[in-house]
Amino acid sequence: MKLKHSVLLGAAVAGLLGSATASAEEQFVGLPSYRVGPYAAGGSGLFGGWIDYMQLINERDGGVNGVKLSWEECETEYNNARGVECYERLKKKGSAGNTVFQPVSTGITYSVLEKVAQDKIPMVTIGYGRTDAADGRVFPWVFPMITTYWSQASAIVNFVGMKEGGMDKLKGKKIGLLYHDSAYGKESHAILDKLAAKHGFEVIKIAVAHPGNEQQSQWLQIRQAKPDYVILWGWGVMNPTAIKAAAKTGFPRDKLIGVWWSGAEEDTIPAGPAAKGFVAAGFNVAGANYPVVADIKKFVYGKDKGNMEDKTRIGSVYYNRGVVHGIITVEAIRKAQEKYGKGKALTGEQVRWGFENLNLDDARLKALGATGFLPSLKISCADHEGPGKVKFQQWDGSQWKVITDWVDSDRPLIRGMIEESAAAYAKEKGIKPRDCSKES
Amino acid sequence: MFYREAGQFKASYAEDSRIFTIRQDRVGFWLLMLIFGVAVPLLANQYWLKAILIPVLIFSLAALGLNILTGYAGQLSLGSAAFMAVGAFAAYNFMLRIEGMPFLLALVLAGLTAAAVGILFGLPSLRIKGFYLAVATLAAQFFIVWVLVKFPWFSNHSSSGVVTAQDVNILGYTFDTPQAKYILTFLIVAGMALLAKNMVRSSTGRAWMAVRDMDVAAQVIGFRLMRTKLLAFAVSSFYCGVAGALYAYTYIGTVEPEGFNLDLSFKILFMIIIGGVGSIMGSFLGAAFIVLLPIFLDNVVPAIFGDTLGAGFVSNFQLIVFGGLIIFFLIVEPHGLARLWQIGKEKLRLWPFPH
Repeated sequence: MKLKHSVLLGAAVAGLLGSATASAEEQFVGLPSYRVGPYAAGGSGLFGGWIDYMQLINERDGGVNGVKLSWEECETEYNNARGVECYERLKKKGSAGNTVFQPVSTGITYSVLEKVAQDKIPMVTIGYGRTDAADGRVFPWVFPMITTYWSQASAIVNFVGMKEGGMDKLKGKKIGLLYHDSAYGKESHAILDKLAAKHGFEVIKIAVAHPGNEQQSQWLQIRQAKPDYVILWGWGVMNPTAIKAAAKTGFPRDKLIGVWWSGAEEDTIPAGPAAKGFVAAGFNVAGANYPVVADIKKFVYGKDKGNMEDKTRIGSVYYNRGVVHGIITVEAIRKAQEKYGKGKALTGEQVRWGFENLNLDDARLKALGATGFLPSLKISCADHEGPGKVKFQQWDGSQWKVITDWVDSDRPLIRGMIEESAAAYAKEKGIKPRDCSKES
Repeated sequence: MFYREAGQFKASYAEDSRIFTIRQDRVGFWLLMLIFGVAVPLLANQYWLKAILIPVLIFSLAALGLNILTGYAGQLSLGSAAFMAVGAFAAYNFMLRIEGMPFLLALVLAGLTAAAVGILFGLPSLRIKGFYLAVATLAAQFFIVWVLVKFPWFSNHSSSGVVTAQDVNILGYTFDTPQAKYILTFLIVAGMALLAKNMVRSSTGRAWMAVRDMDVAAQVIGFRLMRTKLLAFAVSSFYCGVAGALYAYTYIGTVEPEGFNLDLSFKILFMIIIGGVGSIMGSFLGAAFIVLLPIFLDNVVPAIFGDTLGAGFVSNFQLIVFGGLIIFFLIVEPHGLARLWQIGKEKLRLWPFPH
């Protein structure tokens, strides 16, 4: 906030303000952020956390092996056309070009999917984007990391199974799916249908039209169908509305399970006391008592260089999600430096190798101060997704409480679907999948 | 002084009925064509071509389409983005499902499909007018997007509903560089703008304007209302459809139905309001204004305030400035930028004498 490192201004202004940006080697990260529009609440938290983490690396460690991180924001308003403009604007910035593009918007992901391959810039989409891009043989430049929508749906079903006391207990159960009527919401259909066939439960799909601030008829339907659980696959104003409507209908909140775009403070606080007991999945957890967040407070906010205007949001779900984005970006750069030279600014092509060989095991996560903050992660040439695990958190009326360990998804089933879908794409586009045994 | 036309006589009917009757206009026009058709593709970098010039051209075409309907025929429409969606998805499906489909033919067919849908949703215009018609076209906006999301056939059963445009290939040449895509877009947009200009100067355009100014009177003097109005809907949708197809094929490369939402329709409407309702040139000026100004502000505002104020404030401040400038221009010249240019021309003609 106080010091947005802007390459636009150049070294002159940076020198004028007495900031230390003007070092020889700089690794540039372009940030297509959105701080206005319907997603602004999520965007400001996420990009704030991300910037704070990079600031932490600069302040505490003096950069990645001495290479300072620099960045510039470009406002996309969550609009595809603006996102493409930002992508083009950012790609040549910095001494070695943009390191990585992470749009934090499924629409923008699709819009630049083919461009990143031409420009040789890796694209990382954590928890959104194109699911079948997890097949790294067909999509070498795209990394839908940590987990995808399909893995999440499967993990939610596994969580329900856990609560019921075994996957065999799902037989004959009814699971409602209250989804945002858009491409994002429909992403859940195919996988849930497959899982329903496999485990013998019934899926009741109920669409909510955008923006979702009116859900009376949907909840009437739910009351009539009497599902055992309801998965809330929503975003924005749809989430608190659904939680409030659940309370009004008398549907138990602890059987209402939100996805990771439905489970933030921004979704529960507006619902008030109705949200107590609401459960949501997340590939990162809330909370400010992790060492990595504590370090940000000490080294970044202690020097008054933090990005968040509202400091109470530090440690919120979206903020921590931004920190996860920061960790993955920085660790990939660090990994790539091992191969291409420590202390050097790398090109996007080199950093891509870093993402593909990223290995955040438990020891590494502990060193980062992020044990339990995100799942341990190993990316390979074929698998660009990684663990596919989520934790479940419950809202206790004032904050999120983690209630499970990392819950796994049905990996073989999902991997099969991913490969099938990626192969269809490769055929349509005439892409010859890479041979991963030849990659180093 | 600068714009003196003394000594230029129109000695034949052909000279009298040409688009630019004044020599300065003709020279200026050809200069512009040379700049944008030859110099720009040679000199501009990728960023300018891909992120700025191509979208401005495409949105100009969409605005032109709406301008035909709203500016010339007087039928207010809020469904332009939906007709763009029809064009984009129609082009995708023609290319996908018909083996060896030439791109230009697919483009025309996409336009015709959009035109057919436009006629369908134009039918209420025979009975209702003004704001009520706007609401009817609003139905088109939501209905078309809903249909494209609802039936996976349109997006070839893509799980997310997003389709990826095929390569553009004309007579064996693949348009894959930004330069090639720009030139293709430029030629199509320029050609269609010329067509539109001639259309509005002909009896078709005069019929539209008669209906716009007073449809009862137009009917009395012998214009067939149904034909005129539906033709306006068809032509307008055709333009929007082609713009949508170009949006998919030469600009973004992927399309999803939600991308063509009401916001985009409003944006196109603002383009013609800012640029000039009932003006071909206004469509281009308006599109340039609406597309370029936010990008300009995003470059300038953070550079001035970015280091002292929060990023959230800077982003919101851009929107405030953008809205403020729209209001400023509407107060200064309610008839749009095209009228501003016309006034400027008049002034230049008289300069340095005030009368």
